[in-house]
Amino acid sequence: MLEINKLNAQVEDKQILHDLSLNIKAGEVHAIMGPNGSGKSTLGNVLTGRDGYEVLSGDITFNGKNLLDMGIEERAREGMFLAFQYPVEIPGVSNMEFLKAAVDARRKHQGLEELSSFDFMKLARDTSKNVSLDPSFLKRGVNEGFSGGEKKRNEIMQMMLLEPSLCILDETDSGLDIDALQVVASGVNAMRNSERSFIVVTHYQRLLDFIVPDYVHVLAGGKIVKSGDKELARELEAKGYGWLEGEVA
Amino acid sequence: MSAIATPAAEFQKHALTLAAAQSATIAQHNNSPAWMTTLREQGAADFARTPWPGRKTEQWKYTSLQSLQDFVAADWGAALVPAAGHEAVTTGSAVSSALLSFDATRLVFVDGVFDARASDALPSGMTLFSLADDAASKIIADNLGRVAGSVDAARRNLFSMLNNAWTRDGLLVHLPRSVTLEKPLYIAHVSSAAPANTEATVANQRVLVVMEEGSSAQIVEHYIASTPGQAAFVNALTEIQLGNNASLHHTRLNMEDEALSHVGAVHLNLQRDARFHGFTIAEGSRLKRIDYQMNHCGQGAELNLDGVYLARNKQLVDYHTTIEHRVPNGTSKEVFRGIIGDKARAVFNGRIHIHKDAQKTLAELNNRNLLTSNSAEIDTKPELEIYADDVRCAHGATISQLDETALYYLQSRGISPAQARVMLSFGFINELLQGLPHEDIKTALGTHLSALFAADRAFVSDGDVRDAAESA
Ligand SMILES: Nc1ncnc2c1ncn2[C@@H]1O[C@H](COP(=O)(O)OP(=O)(O)OP(=O)(O)O)[C@@H](O)[C@H]1O
Ligand SMILES: [Mg+2]
Repeated sequence: MLEINKLNAQVEDKQILHDLSLNIKAGEVHAIMGPNGSGKSTLGNVLTGRDGYEVLSGDITFNGKNLLDMGIEERAREGMFLAFQYPVEIPGVSNMEFLKAAVDARRKHQGLEELSSFDFMKLARDTSKNVSLDPSFLKRGVNEGFSGGEKKRNEIMQMMLLEPSLCILDETDSGLDIDALQVVASGVNAMRNSERSFIVVTHYQRLLDFIVPDYVHVLAGGKIVKSGDKELARELEAKGYGWLEGEVA
Repeated sequence: MSAIATPAAEFQKHALTLAAAQSATIAQHNNSPAWMTTLREQGAADFARTPWPGRKTEQWKYTSLQSLQDFVAADWGAALVPAAGHEAVTTGSAVSSALLSFDATRLVFVDGVFDARASDALPSGMTLFSLADDAASKIIADNLGRVAGSVDAARRNLFSMLNNAWTRDGLLVHLPRSVTLEKPLYIAHVSSAAPANTEATVANQRVLVVMEEGSSAQIVEHYIASTPGQAAFVNALTEIQLGNNASLHHTRLNMEDEALSHVGAVHLNLQRDARFHGFTIAEGSRLKRIDYQMNHCGQGAELNLDGVYLARNKQLVDYHTTIEHRVPNGTSKEVFRGIIGDKARAVFNGRIHIHKDAQKTLAELNNRNLLTSNSAEIDTKPELEIYADDVRCAHGATISQLDETALYYLQSRGISPAQARVMLSFGFINELLQGLPHEDIKTALGTHLSALFAADRAFVSDGDVRDAAESA
C-alpha cells in the first residue's frame, strides 16, 4: 500500500524528517505516537504533497506508483486521505458543495459516474447521521463555526464519503469527549477491511483501545525510534518518552 | 457664464431640455399632482445650478462621467417624453425570465412608470405618485427629499436633483404604525428598449418608503434592462424613512449589463431604535455609481449594510456610502467585498461621520477586494470623521488573497486547483449572500452568480496577481 524509504524532508530550510522508513500493507493499522514537534504532522503533509514541505531524498510508493510524482489532488483521487489535526474553516463554501466536488472528483478518477445531486444529498445526509452530525451542518460553510469535535466528525464524514485506500488520522481524537471519540472510532472500525490501511497519529492510548492497531511506532526527532505492537502504546502511556531517549540520539 | 458648450454642459443642457419637454407633456395631460410639478421645477433649478463634476470634485474623483457625456451623442432627447399612456413592454420574455420568482408582492415599473399588467395589485398603503390622494400626497410631501435636504451643500447629490427634475411617477410604500408587511415586496425596475428611431433610453426610477413606528417589512428592488446590450441611462433614487423601532430588510440588486449607465442612490433616515438590514450588489457596466446616504437621527438604531461588487472587462462600479451618526448609541456595520478582473475598475468610498453628540457609537466598516488581473484597479478609501470621544470605530480596507490553507484543504480532497479557486473566489462573496433574509433570493442569486464564476475566469483569483498588486 505505502512504502516510505529513507525519507528526508524539510520545511523552510529546516530538516524535519530524517531517513524515515515505513512499510504499510493493505488492511493494516499503524499508530504513530511521539512528542510534540517530532514531525508527525509533517509526515502527513509530505504524504499529501502540501506546498512548502520539500522532499530532500528518499522515495515513496503508493499503491505501486511513485507518490512524489503526483500533485496534491491526484494523490487524493488515488485514495490518500488526511484527516487534519486542525481542519480548515472555509466560510462561503457550503459543506455540501465541497463534499460533492470532492466525491465527484474521486469517482471521475475511478471511472465512475458522478452521483446526481439528489442521490448525493441522500448519501451525505445518511453519512452525517453516522457520525452524529446533524444534517444541517451540510448547509453551513465548510467547518465554519463548528466546534472542535464537530470539525473532527466532519473529517470522518469526508473519509466515509471518499472511501480512501489509505487514511491518515492526525490527532483526530484530540479534544474529543468520550462520546465523540466513540463515534470516530466506530466510524474507523466500520471502514476497516483487508483493502484499506490506516495511519493513526495520536498522543493517547485511549484511542487505541477503540481502534486496535497492528503496529505502533514512536516518532521522535523526525525518525522512527521504536516500533512494536499495541503493547508499546501501553508502555508509552505508563513511562512517557523519556526512556527512549537513548534511541532518539 | 461661458458660451462654450463643453461636453459636460451638453449633458446638463440635454437633461434639462428633456425635463422641460416632459413638463410640457405633463401639463398638457394635466394628470400630475401639484407637488410633483414643484418637485420637478425645483429639481431642474437645483440641477442647473450645480456645477458638473470634474476630476477635482471630491465625490467624483475616481469616477469619470465621460460615458454619460458620450451618451449625449446618442439621440435620446425625444425618447423620453411620455405619451399619454405608457406602452408596457414587460411582456417580453427577456424581462420575465430576468425577474426573480419567489413568493412576494410583485410590482413592475418600466422606465419609472407602473406596469399594471405585469404587476400584482397594489397592497394597501402603496400608492403611485401620480395617483396620490390628499392623504398620500401629504405623506409624500412630508418625507420626500428629507435626507437630501440634510446633506451639506457641497456633498449634495447632483443626480438626486436630476431625479427630482425627471420625476414622472414613483411608488410610495407607506406602513402605518405597527403594521407588518406579510409578504416581501419585490419591485422590478425595468429600463425598456429604445423606441423606434432612437438610440438610447433614459429611465428615472423613484421609490419612497415611509415606515411608521414599530412597522416591519422586506423589500427587494431589482434593476433590469429589458434588452441586453441596449444603451441606456438609469437614474434611480430610493428614499427610506424608518420610524421609531421600525425594521426593514432592503435588498438592492443591480446587475444590468455592460452598455447601461446606472446612477443610483439610497437615502435613509433611522429614528430611535430602528433597524435597517441592507444588502446591495452591483455587477459592473460602463458606469455604475451607487450612493448610500444614511443618517442615524434617533438613538439606539442599528444599521447593517452588506455589499458586493463585481467588475470585469472594462467596467466600472463605484460605491459611495456615508453614515451620519448624529445621536448617541447608534450602531452601524458595513461589509463590502469586491472582485475586479480584466481592465475593470472599482471604487469604494465609505464615509463615517460621528458627530460631537454621538457618544457610545459603534461603527464598523470593512472592505475587502480580490483583484484577478494586473490591469484591474480598486480605489478604496474609508473616510472617518470622528468628533465624539467615547465611541468604538473599526475600519479596514484591504486587497485580499485566497487563503492558501483553504486551497490546500480543497485539493487534499481531490478538487483541482482551478476548481478550488472558483469555489473560494465565489465563497468570498457568497459569505455575504448568506446573510440575505430570503432562501429564494439566496438561491436565485447564488445560481446566477455561481454560473458567472464558472463561466468567466475574470472573477477567479489565480494567486500571483494580487501579490503584485499588493506590493505595488
Ligand atoms: N510550515 C512550517 N513552517 C515552519 N516550521 C514548521 C512548519 N511545519 C512544521 N514545522 C516544524 O516542524 C517540526 C515538526 O512539526 P510537526 O507539526 O510535524 O510536529 P508534530 O509531531 O505533529 O507535533 P504535535 O504533536 O504538536 O502535533 C516543528 O518544530 C515545527 O515547528
Ligand atoms: Mg501534529
